[in-house]
Amino acid sequence: MPQMLLELKEITKSYGALDALKDVSFDVEQGEWLAIMGPSGSGKTTMMNIIGCMDKPSQGTVLLDGRDISQESARSLTTIRRDSIGLIFQQFHLINYLTAVENVMVAQYYHSLPDEAEALDALKRVGLEERARHLPNQLSGGEQQRVCIARALINRPQLILADEPTGNLDEANELKVLELLRELHQEGRTVIVVTHDPEVAQQARRTIVLEHGRVHEIRDNALAHQA
Amino acid sequence: MQAKRSMFYLRTVFASLMRRRSRLLVALLSITIGATILSGLVTIFYDIPRQMGQEFRSYGANMVLLPKGESGTISPEQLEAVRAILPTDDVIGVAPYRYDTIAINDLPFIIAGTDFAGAQAASPFWGITGEWPSGRNQALIGREIANTFRLEPGESVVVSGTNSEGEPFEKTFSVAGIVQTGGQEETFVFISIDDYGAVVGGEVAFDIVEMSVTSSGAGLEELVTAIGQETEGVTAQLVRRVTQSEDTVLSKLQSLVYLVTIVVLMLTMICVATTMMAVVAERRREIGLRKALGATNGSVVLNFLGECLAMGFVGGALGSLLGFGLAQLVSLQVFNRTIDFPLAIVPLTIFSSLVITTLACLLPVRNATKIDPAIVLKGE
Repeated sequence: MPQMLLELKEITKSYGALDALKDVSFDVEQGEWLAIMGPSGSGKTTMMNIIGCMDKPSQGTVLLDGRDISQESARSLTTIRRDSIGLIFQQFHLINYLTAVENVMVAQYYHSLPDEAEALDALKRVGLEERARHLPNQLSGGEQQRVCIARALINRPQLILADEPTGNLDEANELKVLELLRELHQEGRTVIVVTHDPEVAQQARRTIVLEHGRVHEIRDNALAHQA
Repeated sequence: MQAKRSMFYLRTVFASLMRRRSRLLVALLSITIGATILSGLVTIFYDIPRQMGQEFRSYGANMVLLPKGESGTISPEQLEAVRAILPTDDVIGVAPYRYDTIAINDLPFIIAGTDFAGAQAASPFWGITGEWPSGRNQALIGREIANTFRLEPGESVVVSGTNSEGEPFEKTFSVAGIVQTGGQEETFVFISIDDYGAVVGGEVAFDIVEMSVTSSGAGLEELVTAIGQETEGVTAQLVRRVTQSEDTVLSKLQSLVYLVTIVVLMLTMICVATTMMAVVAERRREIGLRKALGATNGSVVLNFLGECLAMGFVGGALGSLLGFGLAQLVSLQVFNRTIDFPLAIVPLTIFSSLVITTLACLLPVRNATKIDPAIVLKGE
């Protein structure tokens, strides 16, 4: 029986009369690479916010490593997010006045202790050791996204949650980022990628397709890979 | 362990201030200007009594010494004892007077023996036509006497009377100058103490001593009390019309400075608060990101407060120095005097700047804690 890292049971998120998500249920295994796909307005961002502990569902239960996080306080959610989740953003969201290594250290600062050597190792891992002392505006988009990945993995989170990680990148950088995500997955980390790009979604073992806030389809990409 | 966190915290605060200089320059400029005006006005506020005290001395004596007891006069020794009580720098002028009655062309007038240098210093408002007497047998006559006898500077006046031995005398003085005060001095003939002794005779002693002292308010009251307690046969009194006017003007001036300081501090606070609001709005995504990475509201507050306090410290330190420059400039332009640098103004200004910037940052920082990472980090 595979161990579940994330279990979503009949999740509904309503904004007034509008249901951004409606009765969404699925599980994510420990070490799985899952893609969440869907067009604009399908509820991808709402889903990412709930999984990323930045929002709570209106109804339903979310279990992260067996712990129900759907009714936790904002403060507890901050702690869970800090300790268990590594976030990767489409727009990178690096702090513009901090160097690459300092941006990685910010995540350490809020998690445990800032350690420059460890942060440099993380940057080395994403191939940016030489660019560690550069400010974000001195880095290309691909380099900024790799700093973002280094920041996401620095605290060894259980879950890496990436929102359109290749959305702002050219093809070469897209391949590099996907390769890094693949490496993380191969190391046994659970990776959830929210994307609208079928090519990116295809890299995952499974793809959840959302439409109008509901699970429209669950694709097993492993079969496609084998084919 | 904690040291590593503190070092990184300071590193990010410093990086934010140094690498975002242009953004925070407006806030820093506001704090520096506010601190400059605060420091300058407070320096002037505390120096006004000294500065104005000297200006007020042009209104004449603010203290008189009168004999107490049986002697009826003040001896030179008693006057020296009084002078010993007063701080040397505070005494602007001492004018002792000895009076007697004389006649000019059979009309009665008062003759006053005095120290002309002291009288000139103690009563700078006297209007003199001609010159102050500078030698023996010279007199300063009142405007009324000059008008009565149509006397002009350079002419002579003959005074007659009875000396201390009871013998009649008649003496001719050269009129060095004519004094106009608008007061009873215009009916007096002023001669030097030496001439008075030679003509009227008797021991050297004074009926009254007028003093011009730079102290004011409570300080002057203390001196009056000290003179009364420590000097035998002498009592000191304040010239109320002068001292009360001084106190009123000083009090109003200080209130004005106080009011301006409060207004300037309020304006500084508004300016810093507005700038910090803009900074928070500009850094919404950064704040959202920090929260997404696990920052608590306390951490966000600490981050902004650190930047505010650093700006407050730098602005306060700069302002305290520039403020002294401002106070010095005002003092030179208005009072034509320099002022000493009051060291206590540096910590006072820095502390005030820290308080003002902290208060100014409260609302923007409160807004920062309300930022929802899910909203500000939303993808396109």
